[in-house]
Amino acid sequence: MTSNRVFFNTSSRKARCARRFLQSLLRIRQRRPGSLSSEEVRQRSRRIKMAAYSSMACTVGSRRAWSRAIIFRLQSRAGRHGRMRRRCLGVKKKPSREMSQADRLRDLVPGGEALDFCNLLEETAHYIKCLSSQVEIMKSIADIYCRS
Amino acid sequence: MSSRRSRQSGSSRISDDQIIELVSKLQQLLPEIRNRRSDKVSASKVLQETCNYIRSLHREVDDLSERLSRLLATVDADSPEAAIIRSLIM
Repeated sequence: MTSNRVFFNTSSRKARCARRFLQSLLRIRQRRPGSLSSEEVRQRSRRIKMAAYSSMACTVGSRRAWSRAIIFRLQSRAGRHGRMRRRCLGVKKKPSREMSQADRLRDLVPGGEALDFCNLLEETAHYIKCLSSQVEIMKSIADIYCRS
Repeated sequence: MSSRRSRQSGSSRISDDQIIELVSKLQQLLPEIRNRRSDKVSASKVLQETCNYIRSLHREVDDLSERLSRLLATVDADSPEAAIIRSLIM
């Protein structure tokens, strides 16, 4: 419990990302509080997922190819009345046997299509760190909510 | 001519080392391989495990989003835990 609080109150990148995500979460909750219909749960779950990738990318900003790619996808989606597109937010294309390992990786890392192999590996390492950090943030928040 | 050749081979030597370094850096991030304590993991295996790990992280984000979606609906706005959450972002 105290470890959760400490984790949120520092000014580290992870704490900033956590606060940003939490703010989005509370905004999402205010839209239609207490609704448990499966369609509502699904819609809210999609918004939460977008908030997760958005806070992750916005905390890093334009410093990384993957964060720029996510921000760009989110902005262009906003211009199309918020319809979800399958190829955004880390949803991969169908794998084919002819694809090389590097191409499979390019599919999974946002912005990877434009990168040479060396930069792809660098971006991948940073993306993995931030993604696992985001997962920890979401678990912590879920744990706090579970206790209520 | 010879200086140009040595410059070219110099740059390819550097990027090979860079790639080896980056692959081992990735290796350190993967939970599967890190626990095995083996140095003899091929680059291809590292890439494969990396892809698997990223996919599993994406799935975790999906699952946690759904879990949070249900939790948001059921949590009471006046509970002490909700107050804690609000205080975290002040």
